[in-house]
Amino acid sequence: MKRGISQRLGFFSLFLCMLVTLFFLGAIIYFITARGVSAISWEFLTQVPKKAMTAGGVAPAILGTFYLTLGAVVFSLPLGVACAIYLCEYSPKNYVVNLIRISINNLAGVPSVVFGLFGLAVFVKFLDFGVSILSGCLTLGIMILPNIISASQEALLAVPQSYREASFALGATRWETIKRVVLPSSLSGILTGVILSIGRVAGETAPILFTAATFYMRGYPNSIFSEVMALPYHIYALMTEGTHPQQQRHIAYGCAMVLLILVLMVSTLAIIIRQKQRSKYG
Amino acid sequence: MADKIRMKLENVNFFYADTQALYEINLDIYQNKVTAIIGPSGCGKSTLIKLLNRMNELIPNARCEGNIYLDGHDIYDPKVDVVDVRRRIGMVFQKPNPFPKSIFDNVAYGLYINGVKDRHYINYKVEKSLKDATLWKEVSDRLHSSALQLSGGQQQRLCIARTLAVEPEVVLMDEPASALDPTSTAKIEELIQELKEKYTIVIVTHNMQQAARISDYTLFLMLGKMIEYDVTNKIFTNPSKKITEDYITGRFG
Ligand SMILES: Nc1ncnc2c1ncn2[C@@H]1O[C@H](COP(=O)(O)OP(=O)(O)OP(=O)(O)O)[C@@H](O)[C@H]1O
Ligand SMILES: [Mg+2]
Repeated sequence: MKRGISQRLGFFSLFLCMLVTLFFLGAIIYFITARGVSAISWEFLTQVPKKAMTAGGVAPAILGTFYLTLGAVVFSLPLGVACAIYLCEYSPKNYVVNLIRISINNLAGVPSVVFGLFGLAVFVKFLDFGVSILSGCLTLGIMILPNIISASQEALLAVPQSYREASFALGATRWETIKRVVLPSSLSGILTGVILSIGRVAGETAPILFTAATFYMRGYPNSIFSEVMALPYHIYALMTEGTHPQQQRHIAYGCAMVLLILVLMVSTLAIIIRQKQRSKYG
Repeated sequence: MADKIRMKLENVNFFYADTQALYEINLDIYQNKVTAIIGPSGCGKSTLIKLLNRMNELIPNARCEGNIYLDGHDIYDPKVDVVDVRRRIGMVFQKPNPFPKSIFDNVAYGLYINGVKDRHYINYKVEKSLKDATLWKEVSDRLHSSALQLSGGQQQRLCIARTLAVEPEVVLMDEPASALDPTSTAKIEELIQELKEKYTIVIVTHNMQQAARISDYTLFLMLGKMIEYDVTNKIFTNPSKKITEDYITGRFG
């Protein structure tokens, strides 16, 4: 009897925690939508800003966020997966490698503005890429590298050892085993890491503040050395440096809503791909 | 013993880090015969069978002393490619471990990694291997569905087919039937009888009747030491050591 009550109490408090979480999530979505939806229109999504950013659209910022995100993933995915493969499948299991692992995990905790400063010093100034899409992509890429490495490592470690043994016993080399068995089986796990990273890259402001973003562009970027507009920075700029706060505030909320929807869309897409991958075999 | 020697172990000692798992193993494995390895749990059966195709090299800090020959060539010679050894000496594991791929791709895996591109040959070989493993009838209409949907016994025969597809000369099996029901076990035993026409087989088993039924030679191991190695018939009817008799009759272990 007593156990029954405490069990029910336990479930109830867990349920309550879940409700609170859901409430905040719902509140954010409601709040952003309520304030932003009036700004959204076909013109908003497809036009360049007009009249000192009080009218027109934010298409360059949407496109810029897309470029930056894509570039960061293209840069960090192969590098991160390769690094994880080395650490999990090749490297000897000793303290040096452990140290590397710990460092990578610590890197994930570095504040994003620090990555921004690093990007400014190295890519913008030292390598002379200037404030550009390239500098932004590299900075964002480095920022999410630890996440991609950890996610990939976890995915690789989750592949049963018996798959590797079976492959070796058939006369496969280590690389053949990785390519044909280990990587395909860990793809969905790696993908999860990428999804989470995409959400983070798309929404970060600090790393692109000094490396890629600009408040206003007349048109679209024409090379990887151009500055870009980006949604999160655009929101920040509208709210802090806008010259017509009254007309600009709802544009900022519109941007926030677009960003939210984009991230949700990417996540959903990736989850669908992952489910497909999982249900294909198994 | 007029049988032809295929593999030979000379003074083999094996260590996991600091602990010795095998002591002074001297063993001849005969062509087209089934050699069974029996002994109590933890006596080193799996360790020994893994040495035969160098799978033990995947274990960090393990060390092997002595010589192991295949057709008179030392398979641990530094000049010998381990990949080549494993292609010639195939292995079936205790737990069925098909890849999370289609049935077809599982069997064709060894051909793919050997660079075989000829579709006709691959199709032919997959069918032949599945037939040799007595699985063809059950899966011929769903070759492209997942191997993980098969039953445990079917999965194990698939793993055997996968091993046969690369045409090894010696087939090692570590308790291949221990996770299976009696029907599947009977099928695998029957299969082993057929396979020895073409292959040399080494099998680890916990099941005395199974060893007596299917093997030609039997090795009895205890605590990493060879206690007795002889023709199966002799081991099971007239063992030369008391301890062997005790083990076989189930008085311990
Ligand atoms: N990877 C390993 N590292 C260290 N010791 C090991 C390792 N694998 C096995 N051993 C030890 O080596 C000895 C022999 O193990 P092995 O697996 O060969 O026994 P086995 O005869 O196959 O037993 P079973 O019948 O239970 O499968 C055991 O004492 C075991 O604890
Ligand atoms: Mg064993």
